Amino acid sequence: MTTSQANNSTGPGYDVAGSEKRFRDVFRDTLRAEMIRDEDVFLMGEDISGGFDKDTKEPLDAWGGPFAATKGLVQEFGSDRIRDAPISEAGFVGAAVGSALTGLRPVVDLMYFDFVTVAFDQLLSNAAKSRYMFGGQTKVPMTLFARSGAGTGHAAQHSESFYSMLAHIPGLKVVVPSDPYSVKGLLAAAIRDDDPVFVVNDKKLINLTGFVPDEEYTIELGKGRYMQRGDDVTLVGMSYTSIACQKAAEQLAEVGISAEVIDMMSLSPFDEDILIESVQKTNNVVIVDEDTPRASMASEFAAVIADKAFDYLDAPIKRVTAPHSPVPYNRGLEMAFMPQPEDIVGTVKNMLGRE
Amino acid sequence: MDISKEKLEWIYTTMYRIRRFEETMLEQTLKGNSMGVAHTSDGQEAPPTGICAHLTDKDWIGSTHRGHGHCISKGLDTDKMMAEVFGKATGQCGGKGGSMHISDFSKGMLGANGIVGASIPLAVGAALTSKYKGTESESVGVAFFGDGASSQGVLHEAMNLASVWKLPVIFACENNGYAEATPSWYAVSAEDISSRAEGYGMPGVVVDGMDVFAVYDAAGEAISRARAGEGPTFLEMKTYRYHGHFHADDTSKYRKPEEEAYYKEKDAIKHFESTVLKQKLMTEKQLKGIRDDIEKEMLQAVDFALTSPMPEVSTLYDDVYVNYSNPIQGLR
Repeated sequence: MTTSQANNSTGPGYDVAGSEKRFRDVFRDTLRAEMIRDEDVFLMGEDISGGFDKDTKEPLDAWGGPFAATKGLVQEFGSDRIRDAPISEAGFVGAAVGSALTGLRPVVDLMYFDFVTVAFDQLLSNAAKSRYMFGGQTKVPMTLFARSGAGTGHAAQHSESFYSMLAHIPGLKVVVPSDPYSVKGLLAAAIRDDDPVFVVNDKKLINLTGFVPDEEYTIELGKGRYMQRGDDVTLVGMSYTSIACQKAAEQLAEVGISAEVIDMMSLSPFDEDILIESVQKTNNVVIVDEDTPRASMASEFAAVIADKAFDYLDAPIKRVTAPHSPVPYNRGLEMAFMPQPEDIVGTVKNMLGRE
Repeated sequence: MDISKEKLEWIYTTMYRIRRFEETMLEQTLKGNSMGVAHTSDGQEAPPTGICAHLTDKDWIGSTHRGHGHCISKGLDTDKMMAEVFGKATGQCGGKGGSMHISDFSKGMLGANGIVGASIPLAVGAALTSKYKGTESESVGVAFFGDGASSQGVLHEAMNLASVWKLPVIFACENNGYAEATPSWYAVSAEDISSRAEGYGMPGVVVDGMDVFAVYDAAGEAISRARAGEGPTFLEMKTYRYHGHFHADDTSKYRKPEEEAYYKEKDAIKHFESTVLKQKLMTEKQLKGIRDDIEKEMLQAVDFALTSPMPEVSTLYDDVYVNYSNPIQGLR
């Protein structure tokens, strides 16, 4: 790595200069820095110009892009590099792949993660497979991002967390930042990576604040980190569930249970070593995932632990996940759909025989 | 005729090379020397030849499952193409792609594509790169597709994008009348597919796809527009595939003999020969010389493919990614 690889096995180092920042501001600043660093990097997506003045044709940036993720960038970089796309996900994701195959480094804002399915063929058949099926002649250095997750009243078609579907695809990489620190390092790494990388941002994280070093850094794709060390049980989180795991760990500490919290950060590739290392120490593991449980990342992590650390387990591997259902609209139902810290605490207590 | 002698020779060589490559490949496939499915494009020589006659290696084309003609027109090596169809290590994609995924990025060939319509936005993306880099005058994108793909949503999205962004793209529709066995009179709602161009704010032109001179002229105009920054054009070339949808397809089950005879009467290669001989632009001796060279080239291509080694099993996992920190090479 040319830039400093910030201390990603233990989280942000507080000995470096930095400050508390909002997730979405860090996201935008990182995107901006990468566009300044490399003029082949450009952004495409729906409504990222926030409208145009009818007379001057100048972009208005009315919204700052979906979830204000790109506010101010169209004024700074112009409409060629902040390229507003008509509502045609298959068309512009395909065009992004074509531009990546011919020398550019597109970044695509797919708005809601659910909209992946509209562009799915271009992702699966072209972005993921071009390098392999053409015998290594080419590469597809593109980055996509979108907002996932329940809990904000967006209902069934704007709240999905099915990142497992993307992680299933050879040729794609998937990362799931969980705080301002990780989104900075992962987004920069994704844009600089020569393979197609999907950055999945849970909506619940967007206004979250956290410490972010001022210095430039990347986080190696495929590495997890310890968010908290502990001895009695390993809690495995990804995306927002890493936050839920931390909250659960606080509650568990109050009853004398020492939980270790792992934030996976990357889903493909993912860090098998950190899972095994932690389970070898704690001998108990709970995997927490807001995705639906069938053929999920939670199931995949469980399979790897069972395969490679079976002899170290004192109890069956437990998963705390969403039900096998679409996301409901009603607030009460939605809260019940999502894995809550209390669900994690209950599962751990059960597992350890502590009631 | 406003075509140079060299260009005429190139056109004849390219069309004859496509014809004989397809016939040779089909014969080899039926013998069991090829590894899988192959789609032939003999009969459809004029569209790719007439279009690519205007292109250089800096221009990009997207192709289809019926892509051999596009590859040859873009200058790909027939030895490596045949070897790829045979699944050999020396193939254009090292045996990983096969007939449906032949590509050569050094020649501006973005790859044949097995999903109908899926390569169309890739050509639009290549044109976007040109626009972004300000190289439209030397690098345009051509999206080849058939009447079947004209019903795919992604074509319509790509046409809208190309027009909204004024990209240097040619939408090259090779309407051979059939999507597999389904006739376009059944599956396409418009009389002429090119009439749809109007709705996307670009010129749409119907061209006799059995006449390489007509294709050459129409493509020349479209490509000049693109290079001048005037945006996309839609060309619909009415053409015909002589063989079935794929190597084992029997067309007599869904096409009438008189229809097949009609198109063979209009054969693009015969039409070229009679035109250049009548206008004394080329001699029979020249034409025969080209044909003889191609026959030798095909024997050589088959020999190269047959004698080439199979890929090592160890290459199975290569090139899934540029890099991947913990590769999984199949669990055992």
